[in-house]
Amino acid sequence: MEIHLVLIFMIFAAVVAVEIKDMISSVIALSVVGLGLSLVFLLLKAPNLAVTQLVVEILLVVVLIRGTISKDLPLVIAGRWFFNTLMTAVFVAVFLFLGFFALKELPIFGQPKMLVSSEYILRSVSETGSTNVVTAISLSYRLLDTLAEAAVLFAAILGVSAIARRIGKVNEK
Amino acid sequence: MKNDDLGMTLIVKVITRLTVGLILLYGFYVVLHGHIGPGGGFAGGIIMALSLIHLMLAYGKEAVTKKIGRRRGIKIASIGALLFLALIVMFAPGGRVGILPFYDIAISIMVGAGLFTIFLALVILITEREE
Repeated sequence: MEIHLVLIFMIFAAVVAVEIKDMISSVIALSVVGLGLSLVFLLLKAPNLAVTQLVVEILLVVVLIRGTISKDLPLVIAGRWFFNTLMTAVFVAVFLFLGFFALKELPIFGQPKMLVSSEYILRSVSETGSTNVVTAISLSYRLLDTLAEAAVLFAAILGVSAIARRIGKVNEK
Repeated sequence: MKNDDLGMTLIVKVITRLTVGLILLYGFYVVLHGHIGPGGGFAGGIIMALSLIHLMLAYGKEAVTKKIGRRRGIKIASIGALLFLALIVMFAPGGRVGILPFYDIAISIMVGAGLFTIFLALVILITEREE
């Protein structure tokens, strides 16, 4: 049910990102779509992916686009100082309010909750035949993750050898 | 030796000739013992690529590029990647015990050949710019 709400929210933000006139507002609406996607990952019990999605979609998209095409972005801030200050204060208050409850849920410092990793340590030798737990996890329990990692590396190899080849053919006019 | 003017001095060449086999052997050791001790396909492949780079720094560019050019490097890397994919498709759904060293070997072929190809691409690009 929550996933459907988040999906409707994402569709609405995507429509806003397409239709809005201001460029920087469009980019921010696009990153709101990414925020919704990371919430979906969080609801589907994949917090690792959700953190990555949060970093990539929000920080990287906004910072990269703002950094690369900063000349073409007219940013009007005159006359909006009251609204901007009010929204900053409201978001800081909401963040502190939610962070107060989130911090109480953290485990006590120095007592790691090794619920998942203790299972791996107990079962990896008998299930995979590997005494190195790191190799057992990365090549057996998370093999698809390693496959994607190798695919990324292979794409990087192909990209470098395609870009940094011998001096290309000169267009003879 | 006729290529005495290429590469570094005689001292470096002699030391390289004695040590490069050991470095390559250590790379094989890290790959093949990745499931027993520390190591694995990525680290071992990098060590194997570094031994070739070491040879190339000491003896000059042509000593290695006669054996492994860029096209052959890309081919070997592609073979490693396809081997890894084929091993996963064949053996991963069963979760078979004892398949991990073969994954490591496939990854090391891809990583070693690929990193060496990247180094070769950058070096050849730089030397052609300078000419």
